[in-house]
Amino acid sequence: ERNNLAGVQHILLVLSGKGGVGKSTISTELALSLRHSGKKVGILDVDLCGPSIPRMFRVQDKAVHQCDSGWVPVFVDQDKSISLMSIGFLLEKPDDAVVWRGPKKNALIKQFVADVAWGDLDFLIVDTPPGTSDEHISTVEALRPYKPHGAILVTTPQAVSVGDVRRELTFCKKMGLHILGIVENMSGFVCPHCSECTNIFSKGGGEELAKHAGVPFLGCVPLDPQLSQSLEEGRDFIQEFPKSSAFPPLAHIAQQILDGMSQQSS
Amino acid sequence: QVALLDIDICGPSIPKMMGLEGEQVHQSGSGWSPVYVEENLGVMSVGFLLSSPDDAVIWRGPKKNGLIKQFLRDVDWGEVDYLIVDTPPGTSDEHLSIVQYLSAAHIDGAVIITTPQEVSLQDVRKEINFCHKVKLPIIGVVENMSGFICPKCKNESQIFPPTTGGAEKMCQNLNVPLLGKVPLDPQIGKSCDKGQSFLSEAPKSPATSSYRNIIQRIQEYCDQHHFQEEKII
Repeated sequence: ERNNLAGVQHILLVLSGKGGVGKSTISTELALSLRHSGKKVGILDVDLCGPSIPRMFRVQDKAVHQCDSGWVPVFVDQDKSISLMSIGFLLEKPDDAVVWRGPKKNALIKQFVADVAWGDLDFLIVDTPPGTSDEHISTVEALRPYKPHGAILVTTPQAVSVGDVRRELTFCKKMGLHILGIVENMSGFVCPHCSECTNIFSKGGGEELAKHAGVPFLGCVPLDPQLSQSLEEGRDFIQEFPKSSAFPPLAHIAQQILDGMSQQSS
Repeated sequence: QVALLDIDICGPSIPKMMGLEGEQVHQSGSGWSPVYVEENLGVMSVGFLLSSPDDAVIWRGPKKNGLIKQFLRDVDWGEVDYLIVDTPPGTSDEHLSIVQYLSAAHIDGAVIITTPQEVSLQDVRKEINFCHKVKLPIIGVVENMSGFICPKCKNESQIFPPTTGGAEKMCQNLNVPLLGKVPLDPQIGKSCDKGQSFLSEAPKSPATSSYRNIIQRIQEYCDQHHFQEEKII
């Protein structure tokens, strides 16, 4: 029986209890950072209702092809160092709503996990929708035989977000998923005109949660209009904006993931 | 008389935002009693059924649907002018179920929330299509997190840039009303975290006037609707 994940070295999940906190953003920037360190990365987008990953790489108009081993993932460029799979590539029209109940979603997720011919990858990043439901249960169960390395949890600083991410931590523990750490996203905004920092979505909740839960804190990523703009245009933020405020923390998150790998192998 | 029903089963935020964290639901002969913020504002959420803030609700679709049915059938709301249903993101079980279960009761319509950038709009267009598919009328769209005015220098920044024209352009293209735009205000998040009413805490914020205008438009829509219904009868 073919094993399309045989060539994948490390599987990482990006989770959150809360919607709109920046999971897809963190997945995208992590992939770009790892690529910059010379790694080959795949992103599996299992958000079936709101697939954001294709546009973030400017490949939203691409289609998916079949080969003998299954689906060929979409390469982001000729380099072939980043490949993607998302329901976004399977929709006839981009505005088509995927109005499916759980069982149908579960069936596609099983296919996505087993039937994408990833080839050799250093990292497979799995971007998820918010919550602790069908997609999450099915994804973790389907990935279990391939021993995922762990999960990165994304929150914004305020209590309303942290409150949901606490539940996601419980989900990880119950499902036996190792927690690589917490990212506090949208953490502060520095005005480009006067450099005043405003904590629009409060500050510190992610760090406190990491401390309280005894999991690593991977860092604070500020609100950065250049980052938002890059995502809109499907540009490589890590390559093009190394001086922007979000760059150092994003690079640091990737470095911690890489350090974790080398520790593991030694 | 307002009822607020939170059907985000995995991520119930309403109890905290209403200052009702830790409250429990009481049962009586007439069913479950909503938790009251004030005499004329009752709330129901799975959050009230969980014993710890760490408790995760790890349920597949059918079980979530079952609870939503119970919320609608077994909660003793009493006489209510407005039932507001807060939903999770997506177009799945919760959304299909709530529309299905409320079909006999007649839903006035849906208010759809977006942020200005295309990454958000591309999902919201799907949500609008969902509404068309299930014949749910759309009251209108709200553009949230629409710009930020620095408290120090008063310059505006588009933190979530409307690179494709924002909600305004989308609403024009899809022929759907734009109810209003709400700017970012750090006080909003603070009030929600503390469970206080932002409208009372920051009456002079530009966000407050935005909210109030949007709410007025929603009320006008509902009044018009009611009037048209009565005409038919």
